Amino acid sequence: MATVIFSSELQRLTGEEKTIVDAGTYRELVDKITTRYKDLERDEIMKMAVAIDGEIIHDPLLESVGDNSEVHFLYRISGG
Amino acid sequence: MSEAREYKYIGQRSIRPDGFDKVTGRANYGADLSLPGMIWGKVLRSPHAHAKITKLDVSRAEQHPGVMAIATYKDFPAVSSEAFEAGEGATDLLDLARNILADGKVLYDGHAICAIAALTEAIADEALSLIDVEYEILPHVMDVRDAMKEDAPLLHDDLFTQGLPEQPDKPSNIAARMELKKGDIDQGFADADVIVEREFYTPTIHQGYIEPHACTVRYEEKGTSMVWCCTQGHFDVRASTAKLLKMDLSKLKVVASEIGGGFGGKTTVYLEPVSLILSRKSGRPVKMVMDREEVFRASGPGSATRNWVKIGAKKDGTFTAMQARLCYEAGAFKGSPMGPGCMTVFTPYDIENAYVEGFDVVVNKPKVAAYRAPGAPQAEFAAEMVINEIARELGIDPIDIRLKNAAREGTQTLYGPKLKAVGLIECLEACKNSDHYKAALKDNQGRGVAAGFWFNIGGQSSVTINMNPDGTATLVEGSPDIGGSRASMQLMAAEELQIPADKITPIVADTEVLAYNGTTGGSRTTFATGMAVIEAAQDVIRQMKERAAAVWNVTAEQVDWVDGTAVNTAGEGRLTAVEICAGADRTGGQITGRGNINARGAGPSFAVHIADIEVDRDTGRTRVIRYTACQDAGKAIHPSYVEGQYQGGAVQGIGWALNEEYIYSKDGILENPGFLDYRIPLASDLPMIDALIVEVPNAFHPFGVRGVGETGIVPPLAAVGTAVANAAGITVTELPLSPPRVLKAMQSSSR
Amino acid sequence: MSRTHVTTTVNGDALEFLCEPHETLLDALRNHLNMTGTKEGCGSGDCGACSVTLDDRLVCSCLVLAAEAEGKSIGTIEGVSNKDELHVIQQKFLEHAALQCGICTPGLIVSTRALLQENPNPTEEETRYYLAGNLCRCTGYDKIIRAVMDAAETMRGGGAA
Repeated sequence: MATVIFSSELQRLTGEEKTIVDAGTYRELVDKITTRYKDLERDEIMKMAVAIDGEIIHDPLLESVGDNSEVHFLYRISGG
Repeated sequence: MSEAREYKYIGQRSIRPDGFDKVTGRANYGADLSLPGMIWGKVLRSPHAHAKITKLDVSRAEQHPGVMAIATYKDFPAVSSEAFEAGEGATDLLDLARNILADGKVLYDGHAICAIAALTEAIADEALSLIDVEYEILPHVMDVRDAMKEDAPLLHDDLFTQGLPEQPDKPSNIAARMELKKGDIDQGFADADVIVEREFYTPTIHQGYIEPHACTVRYEEKGTSMVWCCTQGHFDVRASTAKLLKMDLSKLKVVASEIGGGFGGKTTVYLEPVSLILSRKSGRPVKMVMDREEVFRASGPGSATRNWVKIGAKKDGTFTAMQARLCYEAGAFKGSPMGPGCMTVFTPYDIENAYVEGFDVVVNKPKVAAYRAPGAPQAEFAAEMVINEIARELGIDPIDIRLKNAAREGTQTLYGPKLKAVGLIECLEACKNSDHYKAALKDNQGRGVAAGFWFNIGGQSSVTINMNPDGTATLVEGSPDIGGSRASMQLMAAEELQIPADKITPIVADTEVLAYNGTTGGSRTTFATGMAVIEAAQDVIRQMKERAAAVWNVTAEQVDWVDGTAVNTAGEGRLTAVEICAGADRTGGQITGRGNINARGAGPSFAVHIADIEVDRDTGRTRVIRYTACQDAGKAIHPSYVEGQYQGGAVQGIGWALNEEYIYSKDGILENPGFLDYRIPLASDLPMIDALIVEVPNAFHPFGVRGVGETGIVPPLAAVGTAVANAAGITVTELPLSPPRVLKAMQSSSR
Repeated sequence: MSRTHVTTTVNGDALEFLCEPHETLLDALRNHLNMTGTKEGCGSGDCGACSVTLDDRLVCSCLVLAAEAEGKSIGTIEGVSNKDELHVIQQKFLEHAALQCGICTPGLIVSTRALLQENPNPTEEETRYYLAGNLCRCTGYDKIIRAVMDAAETMRGGGAA
């Protein structure tokens, strides 16, 4: 069971700060939260980076999610 | 990650492999390539801040002897609004095209209108004066605060604010709004014993790289076109240029010259697509070089901001609430670093209640580009100034108040993840224990301390290591070397392969040689390209073991790699890398290792700086007396170049705090487009910059690397700002702290 | 426009070139003599990237007309090392990591050579003021000043000041 924590911007769409998801992979996790929260758009969510247990991943398509993982969606970061 | 590991090569202060060419003048930079038959391109630029182009007649210029081609916006294939990733993140293709060559309307002083290629630079310049342009001047808006007003002149009638709960029905100059929140901000302020709030102004500033933008190109209708240019990312130059001109990536070769500084400013394209158009139309190679005035007027400076911060604290210094409203100028097209500003502003602190609101606003100035930790210095300047004011009000040492609230392992950041081990507390302690912090100040001197945070990024890197028959290696990378990164790659490859560093030659290859590489930026190169180097080296070792196993007729699992030598654990036998490579023809052909990765797990980086400034009470002139820059590198691969990043970042920040600003006339014309009047720090302005390297390894990197390029520019604004405030007895809310501003503040000081 | 014929000496080599009257010495070096080691950062004498010596006087080559090189002796970065043997100043710049991007380096090395010819034993302050005409945006000057002071000491024979 992974814990997904939503940013304040995403909370506008989910109505809650966090949720527990039974998912072994990133794709499964996205499937489940976009089913659970109708306002979360799959394409938009999949454009975001994620942090899984503190590790920032910009292109997480093939990532697996651990049993007690904490998952945050965040804006992609660039730099100078 | 192996903390106990002892390194043989990493951590050495080796001579950089490209050093010889760079101290002898042999290294070739953006403007250094000439081709047979080459002609010169020049750009006509807007003399107005905001105007409609009512007439653009190039016929007289076209007839001028020696003119070979003219390019205008109409020469772009049909371009539509479309977000795509290149260089500094998401860019709108239509905005990019309209910035490179204006489409019927000019949006800032210096905005490119058309370009001419001619036999010589002088002829091209003459021909520019023959272009007949008429303008209908429109009202302009130069400041973020004015641009946000309801009745402000509009830059784009199709720009609608993104990020509002309801889609607005009227266009405005506010391109986007975002907010981040955590906890209960009202309760946080209710719990505070002291609350300080202030609004700060930071001006438009420029990266100030010494090398102007330059390129030499050759367009081939049927073959492969070529762009030679100075850029932080030639693969992204290829992506942007090919997209704009509708070319196949495989038909456009981009070669990164040596690069004479970038700091984020060379992460996008200006001249490259235009010169290709000129080359296509003339059938000649074309060279274009910006002059210094063009660099200031029409490349991508850093955002001016008006940032308001409010912080509440308990008497013991514990922060209870932090709030910010951050307004960033994007220049003429949307896309300021407001997002990273919001995400970094309070990250050095473990805070329960926070609320941050950010605005991305267009004004009649050049479109901003990335500048070293883009967005962070402006936001964190405001936060750190307020924290220093709270510390003073509460009578708490500024380092102690930061130690009390410092972000640490497990801190929930406002922007997303919980932090792993980070080095802020270690940096604060190193500064507190430094001789500098214990040294006494004299009359008219003040000290300032500030912390800074930057994320650092990972991203895509592709590296190939070709083993030569004599056992030496050629390391092929695709990250332009902006500050000595070839040396880091060499050391990391040597460490992994266990062969001497001087036997490894790193080269930066063009876009035809390697798969895609992300742009050098975001402090990613030593981190991400370094990871690709490690992976490629491991691939080499795997193959060397296989070859040795084949010679000994054992399995690869029975072979160890020790000190650059294969060791047979199932019997007798040792084969050095030199021997394996020499015999590679008989064991299956030559050996190439490959590492194509998308690096994740970039290490958040913190810095703490101490500035001592002396103020001349009669003139307002300031002088940096002593300066310390302390930062967590994770692991310093080449300590000299890590120190160099700290020192260089600190001095750019000192310039930002004390001297640098774009000065516009009432008509919106840039009045100081040169190094004489846009004054970056000189050798005579500065003391030595003490660099303290803290190493708290990044858990996600094999050597613990975090990336070091950007964070060092974040703390100086508030460290210097506070030092000046303390030295002069004034309240500082505006940069730069130039002598007239300091003098005026001293004369009216109530502090 | 008629072109001017210029006879000059560059790093000890007798050379000739043709130039337009408006062209600078920097243009001539880079575009006519293919010596691109001398860099252009501003074209207005503010950055020092184009520093060369003209009859042993340190100048910004962007502020000198090409025609003024007639009969003069020019020293550029290409003439600082002795074939592949680096000058002490160049060696010290490498040892001290006194360059990052390297675009200001040719100008700084030429200026440093001129400084140490005039004053073999400069103080840190004298060094900082002499080199104030050479902008570097990468290093914060710390390592450059250390490299110059170390080069000065080595050139004096390693003795203390």
